[in-house]
Amino acid sequence: MTRGRSPRPPSALIPFAVFGVLLFSVPLIGLLVRAPWSRLGTVLSGPVVTQALRLSLISSVAAALIAAAIGVPMAWILARVEFPGRALVRGLVMLPMVLPPVVGGTALLYAFGRRGLVGEALYQATGIVLPFSLWGVVLANVFIATPFLVLTVEGALRNLDPRYESAAAVMGAGRWRVFRRVTLPMIGPSLAAGALLAWARALGEFGATITFAGSLQGRTQTMPLAVFVALEQDRDVAIALSLVLVAVSLAVLVALRNRWWGPS
Amino acid sequence: MHGPTRSAIAVLGALLVTAAACTDDPGAPGSQPLLVFAAGSLSAAFEELGAAYEAAHPGVDVQVSSAASSFLREQILEGAPADVYASADPENMEQVTEAGMARTDPVVFVRNVMEIAVPAGNPGRVTGLADFADPNLLIGLCAPQVPCGIFGRAVLEAAGIEASIDTSEPNVLFLITKIEAGELDAGLVYATDVASSELVEGIAIPPEWNVEAEYPIAVLTGAAHPDEAAAFVAFVLSDSGRSILTGYGFLAP
Repeated sequence: MTRGRSPRPPSALIPFAVFGVLLFSVPLIGLLVRAPWSRLGTVLSGPVVTQALRLSLISSVAAALIAAAIGVPMAWILARVEFPGRALVRGLVMLPMVLPPVVGGTALLYAFGRRGLVGEALYQATGIVLPFSLWGVVLANVFIATPFLVLTVEGALRNLDPRYESAAAVMGAGRWRVFRRVTLPMIGPSLAAGALLAWARALGEFGATITFAGSLQGRTQTMPLAVFVALEQDRDVAIALSLVLVAVSLAVLVALRNRWWGPS
Repeated sequence: MHGPTRSAIAVLGALLVTAAACTDDPGAPGSQPLLVFAAGSLSAAFEELGAAYEAAHPGVDVQVSSAASSFLREQILEGAPADVYASADPENMEQVTEAGMARTDPVVFVRNVMEIAVPAGNPGRVTGLADFADPNLLIGLCAPQVPCGIFGRAVLEAAGIEASIDTSEPNVLFLITKIEAGELDAGLVYATDVASSELVEGIAIPPEWNVEAEYPIAVLTGAAHPDEAAAFVAFVLSDSGRSILTGYGFLAP
């Protein structure tokens, strides 16, 4: 905090804000109350949890990196290049945010599955089968999470003061150099926030993953999948798993908040 | 900012009005909803049972919610306002009755057996359970926590086969979808799933290894309309109900 005093909100906002906070915190408290604290150690040290956590971390980080690699170029073009059908392209890119993830997973299956539109050629040429593999999990995560990064970065690019880039260009920097030396550093915080959002979305991904990549302990069973399957049999295990997921996500979101969501 | 904000609110408002206008059943004001929780394998049969029941009882709206029996059980134990529960195994039903959540004694209304399902044309050239040990084939089962996964594993164990499994799907609908798409070479599902899909072929399992599933049904204590629920259960057990069920490949109890 660099400001002296924080401002007082208009009082009409307070009850709504309090209600909102309750809406998010009460379910979490419910989870904590039901948690099998005495069994927690045993439950969490089992191979199901450690393997699922490992797979979740690998696939979500990989998905966030890939989302950045394809999301930034898409955001740049969507924000700055006028071309026919731009609204349609933007809609397509944003679609996974609103589609039920299971629909996304099914679409992926018919596109990249062993018998899919593209997947069949890939399988014939290389023998690679994406479903039921960790790459399948990553692909499902990328599909679902990338829109969050595109949305964030496109917003930042639109709000960028164009004078810096123009100045760099006037001084003789090529387009790539301007992008790398001026644009990227200026949208850095938004890119980081977008990547973080994409990572968090990927970490919690369930529907597209189960539909496209299946679920096998140690190969494709990420934390959300393990929670869902555990729920069928042992609620304690499901709650314990959920707590780990909550703790990891919350820790990252809180720790990075100050650094990445602008000054505060 | 005013323009976009206002038009966004206008669009959302228009959606809300449209949604309110498209109620499920505009011709039946005050229709009674009857919420039936049915195991995933019962999904298609219960949709038809529901439609037949609605036709015979105007004013009743049968809503079938299908998922793995264990998942439905968990929802019931957590207080879901379901009227009827039809489980794919006695164990899940037992947990519901033991928790005092069943209003009537469970009655077995159909039986089912397991079968090998392969995509149409059998691209993996699967001939029997022995192929489930082939690591080059993509093999799927249901998760070991749900009935079809428990039965599938019991079949493999009875046959003495160490299966090379590529996925444990959360319920039989997920599993059959992946077999239909040709993404899996084979899986163990209910005979009824094979009967109701045009995109898969079935390979029978020798009876000495096969497992028979019994499906119990009961009215729940949480039922908002217990009489209507009991009447629906009676319909499921009736001759006309049974003929619908056997049409989907189920065996009479």
